[in-house]
Amino acid sequence: MINLVWLVPFLPLLGFLVNGLGRRFLSKSLVGFVGSGAVLASFVISLLIFLEVKAPGFSAQTVHLFDFISVGSLQIPFAFQVDQLSALFLLVITGVGTLIHIYSTSYMHEESDESFARYFAYLNLFVFSMLILVLGANYVMMFIGWEGVGLCSYLLIGFWFKNTSYNNAAKKAFVMNRIGDLGFLIAIFFMILQFGTVTFPDVFAKAAPLGMNNGVITAIAMLMFVGAMGKSAQIPLYTWLPDAMAGPTPVSALIHAATMVTAGIYMIARSNVIYTLAPHIQTVIAIIGLATALFAASIALKQNDIKKVLAYSTVSQLGYMFLALGVGAYGAAVFHVMTHAFFKALLFLGSGSVIHAMGGEQDIRKMGGLKKFMPTTAWTFLVGCLAIAGIPGFSGFFSKDEILAQAFANNPVLYVLGLVGALMTAFYMFRLYYITFTGKFRGTHEQEHHLHESPSAITIPLVILAVLSVIGGYVGLPEVFGTKNMLAEYLAPVFAPSAPFAVEHHLSHGTEWLLMGVSSVLVIVFILLARQKFTKFEDAGTASTGLAKVLENKWYIDELYDTIIVKPLYELSRFFRDTVEKAGIDKLVNGVGRGVQWGGQQIRLVQNGQVGFYIFAMVIGMIVLFVIGFLL
Amino acid sequence: MPVQYYIFLSIALFCIGVMGVLMRRNAIIIFMCIELMLNAVNLLMVSFSKMWADAGRVDAGSAQLFVFFIMVVAAAEVAVGLAIITMVYRNTHSVDINILNRLKN
Repeated sequence: MINLVWLVPFLPLLGFLVNGLGRRFLSKSLVGFVGSGAVLASFVISLLIFLEVKAPGFSAQTVHLFDFISVGSLQIPFAFQVDQLSALFLLVITGVGTLIHIYSTSYMHEESDESFARYFAYLNLFVFSMLILVLGANYVMMFIGWEGVGLCSYLLIGFWFKNTSYNNAAKKAFVMNRIGDLGFLIAIFFMILQFGTVTFPDVFAKAAPLGMNNGVITAIAMLMFVGAMGKSAQIPLYTWLPDAMAGPTPVSALIHAATMVTAGIYMIARSNVIYTLAPHIQTVIAIIGLATALFAASIALKQNDIKKVLAYSTVSQLGYMFLALGVGAYGAAVFHVMTHAFFKALLFLGSGSVIHAMGGEQDIRKMGGLKKFMPTTAWTFLVGCLAIAGIPGFSGFFSKDEILAQAFANNPVLYVLGLVGALMTAFYMFRLYYITFTGKFRGTHEQEHHLHESPSAITIPLVILAVLSVIGGYVGLPEVFGTKNMLAEYLAPVFAPSAPFAVEHHLSHGTEWLLMGVSSVLVIVFILLARQKFTKFEDAGTASTGLAKVLENKWYIDELYDTIIVKPLYELSRFFRDTVEKAGIDKLVNGVGRGVQWGGQQIRLVQNGQVGFYIFAMVIGMIVLFVIGFLL
Repeated sequence: MPVQYYIFLSIALFCIGVMGVLMRRNAIIIFMCIELMLNAVNLLMVSFSKMWADAGRVDAGSAQLFVFFIMVVAAAEVAVGLAIITMVYRNTHSVDINILNRLKN
């Protein structure tokens, strides 16, 4: 089966080609079938591969397809890496991807035939790129996928390209990602320069003997982290992600919550050897992750757009994953990627269902009481909220708790701050839930009349994801419960090469129970607070003041970037356009042209048509040549 | 006779030719002056041939071969040139080359 791994990315590529080329003549049902079917088939193959990888005695395999670049001693094959990490990511991507494709067949049904097919073509291309990213057996292939998902993200954010602000959001995402990509690219060049290879095992084998705190490894680690910052929306490159909500909601669910943004986590988890060898960079990652988690959570507290709240919560959760990576808990980060993919896709799809029912309205202040109109959406959304808040028994609890426990083992300060973020998460998620689904309806009569539960193509994925959001956590049940941590054991071979360098932290079971108890109790307290405050929410319509206003305006970070980067850049461009271009380059170019023209006009007079003069000139010329010849 | 005399004569003939081409406006005279230059060169070649032959070089005669070449080429040239001059005369009723100072019309 493993030799057929190329089918996994190939099928979505095929779907992309069929839907993309046939967008003018294929019917909607056919497009939906091709798009979803391709990803579903990939999922089935991934599942078979996963079962094979999970079997005891499996060791990582490389499936070589063809030689991609071979220059001198540098060999970059087009090969797929099949191991525990990539198999797990395959499952998450194709699994969540399939559900979102099915959901989209209903959600995007109002689009015209052509843009419906375009949408599915982009979505399939995205899945293809993401699969290349996680399957690639070297950094160059990872980079190909990395750029591919960036492109698809751009195309899908700007899917409704007739709207200027959506287009601007797409451009912003692209530019922000490009800043990060440059870091990654330089890291790859550096790797080629230093190690002469980009294949994962070779790079790690060459990196390990260099030892801890080696300058080269630290530089590579930092540069790759810059790439991860861009793709995974960490401070300071996070502002594109909330804007990316301009795209269709299923896109937000698939790309900007469940899969693409986790590429940075995947990259660092994959390069765990390099990062373990660079503890300073790990500290940087932990600090940036934690700062992002807190910062984004604080913004989410005061947002009124249902998708914006979820977007900031995504940024915040990604921050937790980076915190985990920073404290060396790679397994916990991957665990959280998985559970987060389930519950965040669920929440986004739920919000899509709400937006669909509300006729495009995204402001939660105009919603309320939707529970009685759309019960399935409401209870699945509640499950998502419980999971992300970390209520014991739901998936988010186990993964977040593992991260927090590891942070505590590393440094209690990290734990305390992480816990504060988790409490904010619980608060804003339940604020969102209560304002949207309870109380009385605050929209127009027309909207109220229109309210309905979404069709089954939307609710079935919601139910499946809700189930996964509950049970997804049990694969990584911590050892405190007297069982083995299945996920950690499964992933152990991937992180084995870095184990000799890692600093071991061990928590007694008593401490772990205590931490879990503290966080659970506090989370429940905050949920009750949110419940008390927001069940009877009335939109007072008053402008907020003080800190609330700052939070509502996202700490004015967009304005700050605008002032310190965008505006000076515009000024610089204007200077170049008006001064350098017009007065300098234009003058020079036109001057050369004008000079040649003027010179030509003067020399033209020599050609007077008198044969005698020509001959005279010839003779003079000859004499001059002779004189020169004799003299020299 | 020393070879210098021949060289001076050749130079004189050549310069007369050049001056004629430069100064005169009559196409036929220009033509004749060109012939004069060609023949100045011929004369020079023959005299050098003689000089080397006197010096005992066995291959000196080959210079005279070039003289014949030049004569043949000059004859062919004259045939073409005179035909052109005839045509010019038919069109302009003149052989003054300064009339022919533009390519159009």
